[in-house]
Amino acid sequence: MTILESRPETVRPQGGTLIQQFELGLDAPICLTWELTYACNLECAHCLSSSGRRDPRELTTEQCEAVIDELQRMQVFYVNIGGGEPTIRPDFWHLLQYAVDHQVGVKFSTNGVRLNPERARFLASTDYVDVQISLDGATAEVNDYVRGPGSFDTAITALQNLQDAGFEDAKISVVCTRQNIGQLDEFKALADRFGATLRLTRLRPSGRGADVWDELHPLPEQQRELYDWLVANGGDVLTGDSFFHLSAFGGTDGGGALPGLNLCGAGRVVCLIDPIGDVYACPFAIHDNFLAGNLLADGGFQTVWQRSELFAELRSPQTGGACSSCAFFDSCRGGCMAAKFFTGLPLDGPDPECVQGYGESALASPDRVLPPQGQDHSKANPTRNQPVMLTLSRRPGLEDGPAAPPTSACAESPLAGFTP
Amino acid sequence: MLGEPWTLSPAVALRPEPFGAMAYHFGNRKLTFLKRMELVQVVRGLADHADVRAALVAAGVPEAQWPGYVDALAGLAAADMIRPRTMEGAVA
Repeated sequence: MTILESRPETVRPQGGTLIQQFELGLDAPICLTWELTYACNLECAHCLSSSGRRDPRELTTEQCEAVIDELQRMQVFYVNIGGGEPTIRPDFWHLLQYAVDHQVGVKFSTNGVRLNPERARFLASTDYVDVQISLDGATAEVNDYVRGPGSFDTAITALQNLQDAGFEDAKISVVCTRQNIGQLDEFKALADRFGATLRLTRLRPSGRGADVWDELHPLPEQQRELYDWLVANGGDVLTGDSFFHLSAFGGTDGGGALPGLNLCGAGRVVCLIDPIGDVYACPFAIHDNFLAGNLLADGGFQTVWQRSELFAELRSPQTGGACSSCAFFDSCRGGCMAAKFFTGLPLDGPDPECVQGYGESALASPDRVLPPQGQDHSKANPTRNQPVMLTLSRRPGLEDGPAAPPTSACAESPLAGFTP
Repeated sequence: MLGEPWTLSPAVALRPEPFGAMAYHFGNRKLTFLKRMELVQVVRGLADHADVRAALVAAGVPEAQWPGYVDALAGLAAADMIRPRTMEGAVA
């Protein structure tokens, strides 16, 4: 994490495509993610910021206002506010209003815990605010499995409150997992029921997501299912440019690319500000390797954005590495940096979920070493909100008669049934 | 379009970028990019000139390139980034 003396000079092509220009970086991010707090009422199994406990160094209200002032000066026209659960910061509603009053639009992600009818009416009265309710299952069973007991009902109540208050076009934000890919139509129906827009994003192996990625990430055939569904429904569904690694399903000419930039925007057009003012290249990479600087210690956000050594590196021409010889490289651009990093794959190689199958062979490599996780704000002790990722099932093989029946109802010997 | 008076929409902010500008519309929240410095100059100059042609001339755009610029302006108009100017004093 080094801040350069001056802003690095970049030689830019005249004209050229917008993507080429974006790869070389912008004067200010198009939008950025700002995690306001690491505190959270939930303990989602796949939380990419490992949230739970508030960090005592969290920016104060005044410091947050100063950040908003700077974003206004830099003409950053909207921020994605998240956490943790941002609405449990007591000054959340004040900061929301402050941002909107300073021409910084807000889209915030919430599990819905504080969206009572009164707050919903307040939100309906604002302009320039988007609300995104997180829901990772179209049924309580699938959702609560990863987000914790009661979280489905909380989200549905929040959506109902928003609808009753006349808030239009809320977003339902879904992280696509092995367990919920089969529910895409149900998610769409749920969104339609609340006059909401569906937003699908990719499960990243970041934060606590690293612990459950093997179990939750979509299977190869589910990726195809997701791609086909997005092609069929793409116009009505937001993806936050999440799935550009799936574009390689489309063809080598990039013809089947999904709508969006299909580019890794880390440090080029997006970044993340964390609750203590640390600036990271990407919302999915809260890790020292992607830490560009701190806006309190390094002279403000603009200085970090324009003069961070890490960002300069990310904006310099990249090589495709092992991927550059692949016919599909122009479609997927090698996939997601964070997904590669947290699964221990080289950053210039294939994405772990490469649809051409190169990810699986890379994951099987004996040289692969998982990086140590970055900061961790998980709760020290589990609470009643912690998801219990167990499902009741019958012993495999039981359908055709017991594979290994109990030795006997009262066999107490630890060696009962053991035949050497 | 060449003979018409146009102006930047009041709801739009232009943010300078190394290759041109980013245009943001506070009303419909659309975001678009102007990929050339000359186009930025034309768009900024619309309000100060009698018509689009005069703005193109002032920005030094060669006449051969005007059709391309008119296409770009039509795209901006479709997103309400620029609007026809209807105030008196403008040359129709």
